[in-house]
Amino acid sequence: MPTKPTKVAPLATPSLQTEARFITTQPYYEAVGNEIALFEAAYASTLPVLLKGPTGCGKTRFIEHMAWKLKRPLVTVSCHDDLTAADLVGRYLITSNETVWVDGPLAHAVRAGAICYLDEVVEARRDTTVVIHPLADDRRILPMEKHGELLQAPPEFLLAMSYNPGYQSVLKELKQSTRQRFVAIDFDYPDSTLEEKIIVTESGTDASTAAALVRLAQMTRNLKGNGLDEGASTRLLVHAAKLIARGIPAATACHSAIAEALSDDPEMLRAIDEFVAAVF
Amino acid sequence: MSKKFTAAELHNKLVYLLSPVLSSRRTAAPLAGSLAPLMCEQQDFVLHWIEVINRSNYEMGYQFAAAAPAAFKKLDNAAIEAWIIQAMDTYDRDGLHRGSQVFKQIETWTQAASGTEMATFEEHAHVLELFVCGLAGRPLQLDTANEPWTDTETLYLPPHIAVLPSKAENFSIYKVLATLLWAQGRYGTFHADLAAACIGFAEPARATALLSHLENLRLEARISRVLPGIARDLARLRGSAIDDRCAVLTTPNATVNHSIALLHRLYGVIDAPRHAWSTQLRPAAQNVREARIKREQSELAAALAEWAQNELAPENDPGTEPGTETLERFQINATVNAENDSGIDFELQFDGAPLAPPEHVRQLLDSILQDLGDIPDDYLQGTGADDASAREDAEENESTDARPDTNHEDTTHFYNEWDYKRRHYRKNWCVLRELDVNPATNNFVAETLSKYRPQITQLRRTFEMLRGEDKVLKRQAVGDDIDFDALVSAYADLKSGHELSDRLFTRRHKNERDLAVLFMVDMSGSTKGWINDAERESLVMLCEALEVLGDRYAIYGFSGLTRKRCEIYRIKRFDETYDNNVRQRIAGITPQDYTRMGVAIRHLTKLLNQIDARTKLLITLSDGKPDDYSDHYRGAYGIEDTRQALIEAHRAGVKPYCITIDSEARDYLPHLYGPVNWTLVDDVKRLPLKVADIYRRLTA
Repeated sequence: MPTKPTKVAPLATPSLQTEARFITTQPYYEAVGNEIALFEAAYASTLPVLLKGPTGCGKTRFIEHMAWKLKRPLVTVSCHDDLTAADLVGRYLITSNETVWVDGPLAHAVRAGAICYLDEVVEARRDTTVVIHPLADDRRILPMEKHGELLQAPPEFLLAMSYNPGYQSVLKELKQSTRQRFVAIDFDYPDSTLEEKIIVTESGTDASTAAALVRLAQMTRNLKGNGLDEGASTRLLVHAAKLIARGIPAATACHSAIAEALSDDPEMLRAIDEFVAAVF
Repeated sequence: MSKKFTAAELHNKLVYLLSPVLSSRRTAAPLAGSLAPLMCEQQDFVLHWIEVINRSNYEMGYQFAAAAPAAFKKLDNAAIEAWIIQAMDTYDRDGLHRGSQVFKQIETWTQAASGTEMATFEEHAHVLELFVCGLAGRPLQLDTANEPWTDTETLYLPPHIAVLPSKAENFSIYKVLATLLWAQGRYGTFHADLAAACIGFAEPARATALLSHLENLRLEARISRVLPGIARDLARLRGSAIDDRCAVLTTPNATVNHSIALLHRLYGVIDAPRHAWSTQLRPAAQNVREARIKREQSELAAALAEWAQNELAPENDPGTEPGTETLERFQINATVNAENDSGIDFELQFDGAPLAPPEHVRQLLDSILQDLGDIPDDYLQGTGADDASAREDAEENESTDARPDTNHEDTTHFYNEWDYKRRHYRKNWCVLRELDVNPATNNFVAETLSKYRPQITQLRRTFEMLRGEDKVLKRQAVGDDIDFDALVSAYADLKSGHELSDRLFTRRHKNERDLAVLFMVDMSGSTKGWINDAERESLVMLCEALEVLGDRYAIYGFSGLTRKRCEIYRIKRFDETYDNNVRQRIAGITPQDYTRMGVAIRHLTKLLNQIDARTKLLITLSDGKPDDYSDHYRGAYGIEDTRQALIEAHRAGVKPYCITIDSEARDYLPHLYGPVNWTLVDDVKRLPLKVADIYRRLTA
């Protein structure tokens, strides 16, 4: 049981301020379709953007690429199920007998005219998504009730969030009132040629290994809904390719980086190992 | 420790177990005599399995008892279980005669078993299923047959392989066979008319065998480019290089026509070698393939038309049937990715603009491309698509109200049914009664509990972790974090001379889950036997888990025979506790008639909506498509009515979900429940373990 504090100790200088990050070097991104043009058009029209797609298909990389391209700072918030509205907007902290208001990442992004990216937004508590409603329509304002301030977003500000529609939990569905405010860009795994190119570029492995990995990924994606919740993502393939490029045998690398990452079911693991044995 | 039964004791037990199939001419005495010399564990084993088999069929139980003593001489318990399961699967599929043949032909099981470690289909079926599913990307069934062959929809593999010394090596033969059979469909073996190609020879059977061999060589070369690991296995099995005369088959662009040409050259020169890893060709495959091509052509036309109607060009008058013109606005460019053989890419265009097709259209296109290598032009030209609908309309003239010939009981309900052809409801079309399940007084529940005791303990533990969702309580006297709001106001109080509050902390509190779930259990006749057992076991496990969780739940069964006799069986109401009555009712679930799903969903949605909860779930345990006797509920009508009922449920704030064991579910469930709101448990035996787990993931 915590003891009752005898006096209110002054806190150190608040360090919770989220830094908006400028991306200076170009993040590697291969366009799959017209998503770059679409994003730029949405940005120019100050429309918020929803990135839909399975895990590991390049949503976060895409937003980093766009932040670099548009030369805007990027604020990324990884949403978790304890994320509250105050975590996004800001809160009072106490320092040497006075309270200091500290902006949350969302408020900070609005002030800085940054791109605010809410990653996996369905994971956040339901009340969180409601705070972004006035920001995501044509009002573009962020009311900060506790601070008594109404932030008006500058035209440079953009709200983006990601969402994986493949989740099976009915409690993790995006509300219509939220999703209908966004321009939705649908992401999927790149086609085989492009995916091979991505693997080679990211991991430095050779083309034949990349081709085998892509074939392996297609097999696991065929199993989606048939024992697997998701097939192997491009990210997993890059992981495996990196291990292989460092001299780990393909079977071991794929088992650790792909099979074990996808499933715990012993029979499923065996089946994936059989795929690996077949394609290499 | 039990002791060995004497012949007399066995006789009594067998009479008790098998009395329905015993008679004055067929007594239990010879059986008892032959079982008496067995060891005590073996006797227990036999009696246990007779009881299990009896649940499906008494005659099968008798046949097993008769064959068991011989089996014990040659097989160990695990092999005998594999043999029993093989027999029961055959019984489920092909009926009593074929099933009992498996028990009678124990020799085929025992002859191979000496000196090698046998790999059985049963133990590897699941892994092999996953394997071919990963390869194919379209549904392929696995089944057993003495000769490995495929009709392009089902891969038939031998029930057991015992050719090489170790289990792993014998399994690799399974893998090679499955891959070769998949490759027949994938790499165009059936693009030519095989029966016609072999008919001109003196011995067509011999020609077919040789053609199979040549195709195997061609496919092996094809496979080696995509799946080098499998090709290595094959080369190891063969042990020698490929005959030079067949070298043309290993070139990258060899087709089935090369094999046929070579057949003419080599017929009578060489004979097809017989290996455990060589597959057979059967002309029957051609028919299945043609039927599928035809079916998929019309499915594609329907799917594209519906897609266009609903999403792409909704400005059309909804009253008109989507027809020819809509289809012709689509364009498909398919390019076979020859370079790395990884598949066929296609681009779909509508009015010249590229589009990403929905999942089921994509799968259809993929399947058609696998069969034909291209989308023929006439696939995108409307045909007289309405002949089928016209026929169905003609059948439907007796649209009389169901009311007149029913007794007005107070538990009778009337429900509308959706007619997708007419695009409106048939009013008061279905008559539904709520009945009670007759409680069974056996110890099914206790048996299930002891059978799954370790899993239940595990289940309870995982469910305990789920209990409640976090909530932060403010202004607490004790807690794990400082409540700044309280602190600020307390500080202000202090400054102005008021008393300092001691409620300055926040504390996490597990809140109650605000969730109500209704389980809708398929009690149709098709669940008879193991499926029914699995369903009941699932319910027992589920109840154990839900009791831990404290979610409000109810269980209802559904069945019926025609629209005038739809029945809902009460197993557990929301306001009942999980007591002995409920347990006995679960044990008493018996298969009834058909599955008219729409009306059941409507009724149970109504029940669920009387409960006040933030999230309401309607979970269906099903074993197949909606179906009913007569009034053409089977097929599109039933699917569309069920879909409409689910849409109504959705509108009413109920979330539907489906757990099915129907391996064909992928073809229709996404249409009913959406892409993610269903799960396929492809192995009935795993259902009891899976259902609770699915529920946990669903509500986590």
